[in-house]
Amino acid sequence: MAKQNKIINFMGLGKIAFAISALLILISLGSLATKGLQFGLDFTGGSLVEVGYEQDADLGKIRQIMSEAGYQDVTVQNFGAATDVLIRMGETHDPKLGDAVLAALQAGETQKIELRRNEYVGAQVGEELREQGGLGMLMALFMIMVYIAFRFQFKFSVGSVLALAHDVIITLGFFSVMGIEFDLTVLAAVLAVIGYSLNDTIVVFDRIRENFRLLRKEDAVEVINISLTQTLSRTLMTSFTTLLVVLALAIFGGETIHGFALALLVGIGVGTYSSIYVAANVMLLMGVSRDDLIPPPKEDDVVDELP
Amino acid sequence: MLNRYPLWKNLLILLLLALGLLYAAPNLYPDDYAIQLSGTREVYQVDEPLLQRISTELEREGIHSKSVELQDGSGMVRFVDGESQLRAKAVIAKVVGEQYVVAMNLAPTTPDWLRALGAGPMKLGLDLRGGVHFLLEVDTVQAVAQRLEVYVSEIKTKLRQEKLRYRLVDHRSDGSLEVKFADEAMRDEARSLLRKDYPEFLLSDETVDGAFYVVISLTEQTVSDIEDYAVKQNLTTLRNRVNELGVAEPLVQRQGRNRIVVQLPGVQDAAAAKRIIGKTANLEFRLEASPQATGVTTETYEFRSQPGRDATIERDIIITGSSVANAQAAFDENGQPQVSITLDAKGGQMMGRVTRNAIQRRMAVLFVEYKSRTLTETVDGVVEERRIPYVEKKIISLATIQSVLGSQFRITGLESATESSELALLLRAGALAAPIYFVEERSIGPSLGAENIELGVMSVKIGFALVLIFMVLYYRVFGILANVALTLNLVLLVAVMSLLSATLTLPGIAGIVLTVGMAVDANVLIFSRIREELNNGVPGQSAINAGFSRAFTTILDANVTTLIAALILFAMGTGPVKGFAVTLSVGIVTSMFTAIVVTRALVNLTYGGRKLNRLAL
Repeated sequence: MAKQNKIINFMGLGKIAFAISALLILISLGSLATKGLQFGLDFTGGSLVEVGYEQDADLGKIRQIMSEAGYQDVTVQNFGAATDVLIRMGETHDPKLGDAVLAALQAGETQKIELRRNEYVGAQVGEELREQGGLGMLMALFMIMVYIAFRFQFKFSVGSVLALAHDVIITLGFFSVMGIEFDLTVLAAVLAVIGYSLNDTIVVFDRIRENFRLLRKEDAVEVINISLTQTLSRTLMTSFTTLLVVLALAIFGGETIHGFALALLVGIGVGTYSSIYVAANVMLLMGVSRDDLIPPPKEDDVVDELP
Repeated sequence: MLNRYPLWKNLLILLLLALGLLYAAPNLYPDDYAIQLSGTREVYQVDEPLLQRISTELEREGIHSKSVELQDGSGMVRFVDGESQLRAKAVIAKVVGEQYVVAMNLAPTTPDWLRALGAGPMKLGLDLRGGVHFLLEVDTVQAVAQRLEVYVSEIKTKLRQEKLRYRLVDHRSDGSLEVKFADEAMRDEARSLLRKDYPEFLLSDETVDGAFYVVISLTEQTVSDIEDYAVKQNLTTLRNRVNELGVAEPLVQRQGRNRIVVQLPGVQDAAAAKRIIGKTANLEFRLEASPQATGVTTETYEFRSQPGRDATIERDIIITGSSVANAQAAFDENGQPQVSITLDAKGGQMMGRVTRNAIQRRMAVLFVEYKSRTLTETVDGVVEERRIPYVEKKIISLATIQSVLGSQFRITGLESATESSELALLLRAGALAAPIYFVEERSIGPSLGAENIELGVMSVKIGFALVLIFMVLYYRVFGILANVALTLNLVLLVAVMSLLSATLTLPGIAGIVLTVGMAVDANVLIFSRIREELNNGVPGQSAINAGFSRAFTTILDANVTTLIAALILFAMGTGPVKGFAVTLSVGIVTSMFTAIVVTRALVNLTYGGRKLNRLAL
């Protein structure tokens, strides 16, 4: 537990933190620009069939059967387990695709194959979803900015939104660099990261605001350092417990939400770091000072009356 | 500082928690495998004698049923396992016949006293239960085009009746219509007539090369009305068809301007469901052309079952499938599939009038299908889908009219029993007002659904256990109190979800997991504050009070912002993602209550009202 009198000089490491952040963002943006995201079926449109074998599936054989059956643009991969196979196709819509694929695969097999999942998404729908997703993210950032500007002050809101953008870009960058599929659940996770990371930032901000009003002698850097030190144990605790459950989700939740859990894992990790370094740094750069938060006179009376 | 809640406050908290437990309780009762029975129309009521027959038949087949009961006009037969359910379905379908819909279902086993309180379990999403999900797009352009066709023939009839001689009524490439006249006076008269009778038209005059035109286009309002009507009409038809399919708790819902979502839980044969749902088939009854008829009044079509053979029939349609009041699939005396048709009054009259003068002539039944080819092409780097709609009309039967046909007759010449029952179903459920296209389809097998539940529940358990252990280790007595609050939070979350009849999806379960992680946050904030106060030398009771009150605004701000993100997610998401947004939002609200109010009550009960020397924190 952090003792009150020992203040960690977080902002002294500001330059290093800035360099790290800048580097990560550059890598992320670079990868997003060149490699892009590997969008899943939800966003690209196309068809997908998931089949379950009784014994380990022979992917090479499946590929061969599929190409012999005349399917084009086929990718075949294991999904979660060696007995599960995911087959993706760029095919346009065919109502009997799932059954046809199953029949083709079953033809040369003695074991029973089960059709586990069959999905088709039209290219139009995928495109709309991509637009909507991007728009949703921007909307979330904007509304949060407004709320924080209203509850705190404009400089705080810029700080928090930049911290959020930082988290989102790095999380997306991670998916791009690692080439992990980006589907609708991952998008949901990214939005959850926006909410979560903000949670952290706000707790820090809250303390900064309080300390600006409380500590009259210290300058902005000192106030921020004190605030970060005071909230450090809490920030780490919460991140730790959340990471615990997300880890449980990533390990035990199954393949379908693996991407989701992974996005949360990265997002929460980066979010913890950014709420310590990025948000406060941005505020310092914007020259945040006590004058930004002139305390309302009745503040001290109110505190002790709450439940 | 005493840190005591007044009695009423404690009681209120207790009451809320009790309610939470009560409404979460139905989720503890596992669902029964059941078969739901309902009549296809008002006349066919499910009654006790019918249920009696079913139970006798089930007993005879050696299928054990848990119960057979009558519930709000529909029958519910429950079984112990999925296997008996499957076997029973065939048996029951045979007993009740085509007049009843036999649907497999998972019936909640909520005890009566809980049901009386309005409690029920959470609904499971398709990803947990298995089933199919379709997103359909209504071709509204086609709907407008079809309406224009109707206008063309109406205008022709009207002008003919008024003896206004027109040269031509035709479509223009921009979607408007033109009526051509030889002289101006005639044109002007026609225009004022049209203006009077069709307020939905925008009319203008044109004179080109000595010919006089009235140009007709539809007002924007009319076009959007037609589109809206088409979507609504299709929605109704789809509902009818889905009901005919015999699916328990289906969802047919409009989404956006021209899309319709169809969800069929528990349905495994997606292809069959799709064949019925997506079919834009209709029938047309027409007379065979007499040998002396001219080419303008006739059309030639191929036979459906005999490619290469065709027949020439009249252009005039006697009636279409929309005049069909009822249709039943059956077999004729030779064992060939047939459909017995009952027409509505108007259709019967029309049929009678036409066939009276056409005995010994042959009547063709045309099977009309609206189909489309989808072309995917890349235009300027953007992948675009283009659909080229076309109508396919084929003759399914051409039979000699032996006597005047009334409102009852039958159609033969069908390929198989499946086809006759599907055609009967389509005729009963009604035709679609405009073609529809599948733009999204997802089907999830039941085993994958079960696996998803298992994995989801397991990760909730493990994540939850880890957090509980960690909290006790780190905060000791306070940790235990927080854990009680956390558990209650989970109960409340489930209770609210059940009360709202919200749908639980796999991402929804992930939302619960995440809520568990984040719900701890509020407690951590409070406890950290109390520790800080203690370190500053503040006495125990005051430290507790200060910790709770100071942490409050922080918790509020932090949660409101997360709530904003969750609400946006809810607004834009569909299906599973929406499920995530719901659990996240509900979880935020319940966690604030448990972390702040319930934990406070517990802390007060444990430490309140006495002098504290040491706090186990």
